[in-house]
Amino acid sequence: MNIGIIVFPGSNCDRDCAHVLSEVMGQTAQFIWHQERSVQGMDAIILPGGFSYGDYLRTGAIARFSPIMEAVVEFAGRGGMVLGICNGFQMLLELGVLPGAMLPNRDLSFICEDRYIRVENANTPFTNHCEPGQILKLPIAHAEGNYYTNPVTLSALQANAQIVFRYCDREGKVTSQGNPNGSLDNIAGIRNAAGNVLGLMPHPERGAEHLLNNEDGVYIFRSMISALETHKAPQPV
Amino acid sequence: MKAKIYITLKNGILDPQGRAIQQALQTLGFGTVGEVRIGKFIEVDLCETDKTSAGNTIKAMCEKLLANTVIEEYQYEILEAN
Repeated sequence: MNIGIIVFPGSNCDRDCAHVLSEVMGQTAQFIWHQERSVQGMDAIILPGGFSYGDYLRTGAIARFSPIMEAVVEFAGRGGMVLGICNGFQMLLELGVLPGAMLPNRDLSFICEDRYIRVENANTPFTNHCEPGQILKLPIAHAEGNYYTNPVTLSALQANAQIVFRYCDREGKVTSQGNPNGSLDNIAGIRNAAGNVLGLMPHPERGAEHLLNNEDGVYIFRSMISALETHKAPQPV
Repeated sequence: MKAKIYITLKNGILDPQGRAIQQALQTLGFGTVGEVRIGKFIEVDLCETDKTSAGNTIKAMCEKLLANTVIEEYQYEILEAN
């Protein structure tokens, strides 16, 4: 599979994603500079983590207007698979491809540590290799991961099984102690209504290798590749 | 013309920075301090001569980029002189 990784000024997880996709998963990863205007030939797109545009104004607020984004939104609109990790999730929110917004972490600190998340929906192209309720341990690294949306949208997310990952404790209990940043309803990752776009704050690409003593991230990448093998991304006509 | 834009979190949305500063002020002995809200202040110079038109431009900027209306609200004033 050809997986495009969009590179913004300030992206710093782009190479980690490419490494995991090519060296661990055996796929083809291609960097796409944010000034490009096409994602043609890609089977999936990753918006990687980092500090695009120095997080000026709001996280993801300026990257959202990069020239490539029109092609990414169009790709997502015709069912293409898009994964936004951390800063990439923040961009998807700013774009309005996913609902809601990020607030500063509850305790105002930048949090960089391993955290547990629970798979709330294992029936997505990003989690089909997970068991329902499976607990994954993944690193988080952010200052603005405190997900917020209005009560109506939250109800819709819950009703449509769009909450894919929730922060939990080691035993899988969704508690406030297991919530690192104050995120609403312990939300760590959501998908769009159509199901082809996922945003999550934890970093699967930083925990997808035996060498790093954490391979939980592989579940997400393997799920994506399986889903792509079943349904290749629609190309423009 | 110059525009002064004030962006704050909507009412009802927890403002952890504001809360931290509120507690610091109270600790310093400012006993009358109530809620504190933190926001952003942005100044924009505009090559416009019409105040209404300048206001519309600033409103469009706020809606499109400067504020995230999911969580923030904005106010602005347009000043004739720079």
